[in-house]
Amino acid sequence: MQAIELLAIVVLLPFFAAPLAAWSARFNRYAAAWVAGGATLVALALFAWLVYGHIDLMPVATSHAWIEAAGLSFGFRLDGLSMMFTGLILVIGLLIVIYARYYLSPGDSMGRFFAYLLMFMGAMLGVVLSENLINLVIFWELTSLASFLLISYWQHRKEARYGARLALAITGAGGLALLGGVLILGHIVGSYELTDVLAAGELIKNHDLYAPALILILLGVFTKSAQFPFHFWLPNAMAAPTPVSAYLHSATMVKAGIFLLARFFPALAGTDLWVIIVSSAGLATFLLGAYTALFRHDLKGLLAYSTISHLGLITLLFGFGTQLAAVAGIFHILNHATFKASLFMVAGIVDHETGTRDMRRLGGLIRFMPHTAALGMIAAMAMAGVPLFNGFLSKEMFFTESVRVAGSMGPVWLLPLLVSLGGLLSVAYSLRFVHDTFFGRPDGDLPKKPHEPPGMMKRPVDLLVVLCLAVGILPALVIGPLLHIAVTGVLQTEPPYYSLSLWHGFNIPLLMSAVALAGGVALYLMRRPIFRWHALSLAHLDARVVYNRLMELLMRTGAGVTAMVDTGRLGRIVLFTLAFAFGAGILGYLLPLGLEPVRNAVERGATPDNGDWVTWLGIGLIILAAMVTTVWHRQRLFALITMSVVGLGVAMIFARFSAPDLAMTQLSVEVVTMILLLLALFYLPQQSRKLSTPARRWRDAGIATAIGGGISALTYAIISRPFESISGYFLDQSVPGGGGTNVVNVILVDFRGYDTFGEITVLALAGLGIFAMLKGLSLPASKRDPFGRTWTEDPHPLMLRTFTQILLPLTLLFGVYVFLRGHNEPGGGFIAGLIVASALVAQYMANGIETAERKLHLPIHGILGAGLLIALGTGLASMGFGVPFLTSAMAHFSLPLIGEIHLASAIAFDLGVFLVVVGSTMLILLNLGRLTDHAVEHPDYSAIETSPAPRSTRRGNDA
Amino acid sequence: MTNLALSLLIGVLTGAGVYLVLRAQTFPVVLGLTLMSYGVNLFLFTMGRLQTAAPAVIGAVENPTDPLPQALVLTAIVIAFAMTAFVIVLALKARAALGNDHVDGMHIPQADRVLDRKEEPRA
Repeated sequence: MQAIELLAIVVLLPFFAAPLAAWSARFNRYAAAWVAGGATLVALALFAWLVYGHIDLMPVATSHAWIEAAGLSFGFRLDGLSMMFTGLILVIGLLIVIYARYYLSPGDSMGRFFAYLLMFMGAMLGVVLSENLINLVIFWELTSLASFLLISYWQHRKEARYGARLALAITGAGGLALLGGVLILGHIVGSYELTDVLAAGELIKNHDLYAPALILILLGVFTKSAQFPFHFWLPNAMAAPTPVSAYLHSATMVKAGIFLLARFFPALAGTDLWVIIVSSAGLATFLLGAYTALFRHDLKGLLAYSTISHLGLITLLFGFGTQLAAVAGIFHILNHATFKASLFMVAGIVDHETGTRDMRRLGGLIRFMPHTAALGMIAAMAMAGVPLFNGFLSKEMFFTESVRVAGSMGPVWLLPLLVSLGGLLSVAYSLRFVHDTFFGRPDGDLPKKPHEPPGMMKRPVDLLVVLCLAVGILPALVIGPLLHIAVTGVLQTEPPYYSLSLWHGFNIPLLMSAVALAGGVALYLMRRPIFRWHALSLAHLDARVVYNRLMELLMRTGAGVTAMVDTGRLGRIVLFTLAFAFGAGILGYLLPLGLEPVRNAVERGATPDNGDWVTWLGIGLIILAAMVTTVWHRQRLFALITMSVVGLGVAMIFARFSAPDLAMTQLSVEVVTMILLLLALFYLPQQSRKLSTPARRWRDAGIATAIGGGISALTYAIISRPFESISGYFLDQSVPGGGGTNVVNVILVDFRGYDTFGEITVLALAGLGIFAMLKGLSLPASKRDPFGRTWTEDPHPLMLRTFTQILLPLTLLFGVYVFLRGHNEPGGGFIAGLIVASALVAQYMANGIETAERKLHLPIHGILGAGLLIALGTGLASMGFGVPFLTSAMAHFSLPLIGEIHLASAIAFDLGVFLVVVGSTMLILLNLGRLTDHAVEHPDYSAIETSPAPRSTRRGNDA
Repeated sequence: MTNLALSLLIGVLTGAGVYLVLRAQTFPVVLGLTLMSYGVNLFLFTMGRLQTAAPAVIGAVENPTDPLPQALVLTAIVIAFAMTAFVIVLALKARAALGNDHVDGMHIPQADRVLDRKEEPRA
């Protein structure tokens, strides 16, 4: 195995650590933080080692086929871009873990918090490291889910729940669009591997489907990165605990969209469509976010909108479509992550130590927490783009690029003017963040007496702030090499020349910076009239209103449609279903191709129809029994008996027409079904009441006749025509491939073993569901039979007890025999299971449940579980040998006395089937039977059977 | 003739099932579902065409019948049992909770009135 395969560990480690963190918190609440921090550190160390070993080889990718037919593979990719993002996610993640350890209050569940955080981290790592695009989308959706959990962490808060739902709805919808876009992209390129997609840029851009693919992918990007008009989920996500906000909105969640822009840059960027959509969305978001941020009174609200604004800035840079702009974009991603994480953490500290985040109440904190104030000021100056801080450099590059491309976008002065305006606003809100919090004086008393936070809460911020300064002062030295690798990863070629120095001489970008700085300060100084004007005018605009209206409309439409279809009347729903099926059938007949074959088949009549009168008579009897059941269905016991005649008849038909396995199954199922229905009937009225009017009964009879007639015609049309079967393969391969001569059984346990595995799972679930429903249930039951006679005094007659005792070993032996021969002769796990179950049930019936349980000691749940595990284990065992799930192995050997034995591994699987069938049948029947012990006799039995309701109070007329 | 008779049987089973499923009490509905599943199983089975004395066991006969529908039907029979059991227990549970065996459950007149009042503004 190559070392690079370990990338998968980096991604999966947080997922494995998540449950561990949740579990460890049960012993010590800080253990969760240690687990989270440890896992992050290990992942970081492993990743650093991998980077060290592959630094000259990048890009490197691994890929393992997962679902080849769907183009899905499990693989990861290490290149400059994924390296930079992985580093950001892990380093900032580690700092957040430390910070959160001190931030969370004793009332908050540490285990849950760190488990969610780790899941989110793993999902983010998956997004940035994926080599396969579908793989990427899966992780993308996981980030949406994990962020939902994180934002709604304080579940008791209404705004947290609302914010989480909003984020999930918007980013989840975007994820769907992204999936669509990626599928189109894969269709264009013919591969979902990033290596192929990135190399096929020209092909993609010239393809007819480029526009839809681009738009769908951009929908994913814009929703995730909170670009206008999908920006409004982000401020609402601020209901999350501050460490979450700091993580999600600096280095991760919202950067996932930006990451995708960078990732697809070589494949999608540069066309007119790209430039128009991406740059206009980016510009609008940049300005709107910066403007709104200025007027937020909540510290986190201000930071949220400034995040939106900076995301817009980065999007705008990628929207320019030039390589130099992409360099600036990448650089700003790094810078924004450092200063924004610091600012969120500072806001968290302020909130934590004063009890409020409202800038109208805060003030003068520099006297109480000078250290924190210093951190906040440095980070805010980086955000404002003051020289000597890292934000200045990328902002200068941004201004330079906007001047460079301005000519191609409207009047040459427009774009520089607009971006300067955005810069000006960001200076103003940065200033407000610092001044309103740390200077001036507080408005009245603060909820808490402010003081410096615990030292460890500041360390993560210290580190980030030092980075802001180091990058700002010595960019080429500190960030140059990393940026070079990252940019190479984005562009997939050697990047163009760019300069990282502080001083580029007097030029237009410098002028723009100066204007932004001076203008921002001026704007802040005369903020009062502007704030008043804003409060009166634009403050009422809120994108959420549109969203809420849309959601309300959606809900109301949904409720309306549901109310139309589902009136709470089963009869009506069944009628709809039947009418639809009937209509579809009729349509099938009427379509041009449909009627012809039917007529042909009818004209040809009975093709070689090897009939004999015994069969016809038998079929006639079954028809009669079915009719009787239907007509006299109100006498329930009688109807049940006639119905069992039908069941037995069906078994005979199976036997007659070469299906011995089916005949045996039907026969044994018939036994358990009858026991089941008889038991159930014990608790139900013995007669059905006449609830429907004659007209309604005739209508139902008409519907039944129409559908029955249609089915008859359809069946006849099909079976009187020759056909081609796909079974040749199964017949040919049964012995060499499956190691058995009974093809039906071989199909069940081998060819279609996976289906059977699903089916026994359903069976087990049905058994468990019934067990759960019956638990603690007590039902009124009559002590009299339908004719008014009391039940017998002797519930367990001696004759029955004796005979079942004698029969038990015989039936069990027969069951084993049927099971063992199953692979080669009619029989097998299903049938044997039913036979054994009915033998055991007979014991319970004859001796009473408690006595039988004392004698038999059957761990029924254990049998059920063992069956499923054995079936699963057989399948997994074959994977252990490097062949697909449930591949058969065979052995041929001879034993003394017994002779030649041919054993296929499928028999182990069949054993699983057998156990599940026994287990669930017993579980169902025993629990139903056990109810009789608790059955209470209702004094006035008939009084319970009141009519459902007086007709007049119900709308509609139902049976 | 056998084809025709069997087609008729499948139709009758389905029709009987449909009629019973449209009844208003739980037990007939369960009977109906059982009859319908007989019909469906037979329908699936006959898609492999009818052959006598030709079980799909290698080496038993020259020209064995189609095993695939049989394998499908075999599990369908067992699943149908599980489904019947689930539905009938659900019916029992409903009867315990609501006090009757109507498929739509009990309509307490009071609850109806509350519902009506809620719906008034829209009407």
